[in-house]
Amino acid sequence: MSAGASALAAPSERRQPGRRLATRLRELAFTRSRRRALTSYVVFIAVWQLGATSQQWLGHALPVLSALPPPTAVLTTWGHLVLDSGYWHSWLASLVRVAGGFAAAVVVGVPFGLTMAMSRGFRGLAFPVFELLRPVPPLAWVPAAIIFWPTQELSIDFVIFLGAFYTIVLNVLGGAETMDPRLVQVARSMGASRWNIFRRLVFRAVLPSILVGMDVSIGITWEVVVAAEMISGGGASGSSSGGGLGFFIWSSYVGGSYPQIVVGMISIGLAGYLSSAALRRLANRFLPWLEARS
Amino acid sequence: MTPSLEPSPRGAIRIDGAVKSYGHGVARTLAVDDCSFDVNAGEICVVVGPSGCGKTTLLGAIAGFQSLDGGSIRLDGRMLCGPGRPRAEVGSDRIVVFQDGALLPWKTNLDNVAFGPTVQGTLSRAAARDKARGMLADAGLGGYEDVYPGQTSSGVRRRIEIVRALMNDPAVLLLDEPYRALDALTKSVMHESLLELYLRTRVTIFFITHDLEEAVFLGRRVVVMTARPCRPKAILDVDIPYPRTYDIVGERRYRELVQEAAAAVHEEARRAFDVGDKEGPQ
Repeated sequence: MSAGASALAAPSERRQPGRRLATRLRELAFTRSRRRALTSYVVFIAVWQLGATSQQWLGHALPVLSALPPPTAVLTTWGHLVLDSGYWHSWLASLVRVAGGFAAAVVVGVPFGLTMAMSRGFRGLAFPVFELLRPVPPLAWVPAAIIFWPTQELSIDFVIFLGAFYTIVLNVLGGAETMDPRLVQVARSMGASRWNIFRRLVFRAVLPSILVGMDVSIGITWEVVVAAEMISGGGASGSSSGGGLGFFIWSSYVGGSYPQIVVGMISIGLAGYLSSAALRRLANRFLPWLEARS
Repeated sequence: MTPSLEPSPRGAIRIDGAVKSYGHGVARTLAVDDCSFDVNAGEICVVVGPSGCGKTTLLGAIAGFQSLDGGSIRLDGRMLCGPGRPRAEVGSDRIVVFQDGALLPWKTNLDNVAFGPTVQGTLSRAAARDKARGMLADAGLGGYEDVYPGQTSSGVRRRIEIVRALMNDPAVLLLDEPYRALDALTKSVMHESLLELYLRTRVTIFFITHDLEEAVFLGRRVVVMTARPCRPKAILDVDIPYPRTYDIVGERRYRELVQEAAAAVHEEARRAFDVGDKEGPQ
């Protein structure tokens, strides 16, 4: 428990020397919402630690909780892994896959959605097939993808692409549908051409929805990459390095290193959180009119 | 746009025998039937009538957003729509300002006002901005240039929208209940500022409203429409000289005219109500 609490407080102590430290600490401890957040972390970690070590202090293993490695063991393992290049290679491998599949989904999905939004005819042709394929979960594609893509890497990228693609397209369509038609009328009456209306109105009006779609779908890509790596065995050679975080968890399970499983889980949570946060930061730069309103 | 003291000779609208219906078969409703009247160049012509009587259809036909089934509409002698051309071409000589406002939320107020000349390519971006800045300042709206519409009060937004319309140097402004959503206090300020703009530019204004006091306060003439199908029931000549200030609402002549309009509208509203007419397709 003390390990968890000090780990949380430590970074701010190091960053802010002198008088600022007191203010920072007061902020950290005395804002009501901060206090609640801190309490929630501490209680969570304490329950975990106590539950995981119940055999030692209670003389009796509690169900479920005692099967977990305690946070102290996880931290120790993590401390070792941080120095291991294989661990960072797993990060890199998953990151590259997510980035590739996600970028492809944006590059294909946004124009596809916009074309459907602009053209009734194209929508009539494309949407039924889209709706037919959409309920098939991306993971159900894994075996098929492995068969029809030449490399395993491409098949994982493809599955990730699917995970993000549907969400992005649906958001683009939804954004275009909620667009105020009077904006188009006004622009037309002021002499805007079709291209101008697309570029200056439809695209701008749909942009927030595109960014929301990206935000949601990057979360999905992390779910998908982990499962895809577990199923397909990750790297081409099946060695633990280059296999990605999903494979890292899987091989930790097979190898019986339970603290390492938890490290892998936390790492993926962190990766998803960081990519979402980065995307949102980017989004705010493109949407100054929305940020200004709040 | 330089303020001209000469009344603008542009913006005369002649609506002649306009007909418009919606739906087919038994569901067919006649929104406008054999409707004829003139809007004189350089005047504020206010159209009032019961809900769903087809006023907005008429405005849409002038703007080119809607087609007519029959009759014709001319602007300064030029046929906008009529036999062989059911729908007028949309053009920057007729700019619509909508009920709830339609500023582009992702553009600053300044860029909204500069939008027309920029997309038409008649002015460079910088020149359009300069002109927009000048027009906003003339309208007493300096200081709102660099914020977004979402950060601006609805009253100011509506005024900015009218400036944006004027940027295009239109022959006629088509205002479709622009102040409907505003509270009474804001409305009175809006009215004075619209009149002030009008007196400076003498642009022809076609103004639709439900509010009879608003109609008489603003209008040179008030056209009272019948319940659906829409055609003029009475045309009131508002013989109160401009410039008008809010003091006139206490005057006898003003009250008489509002009363007169109210009597005509009430009869129609009653009729519409008895028929069980609902708000139809816009």
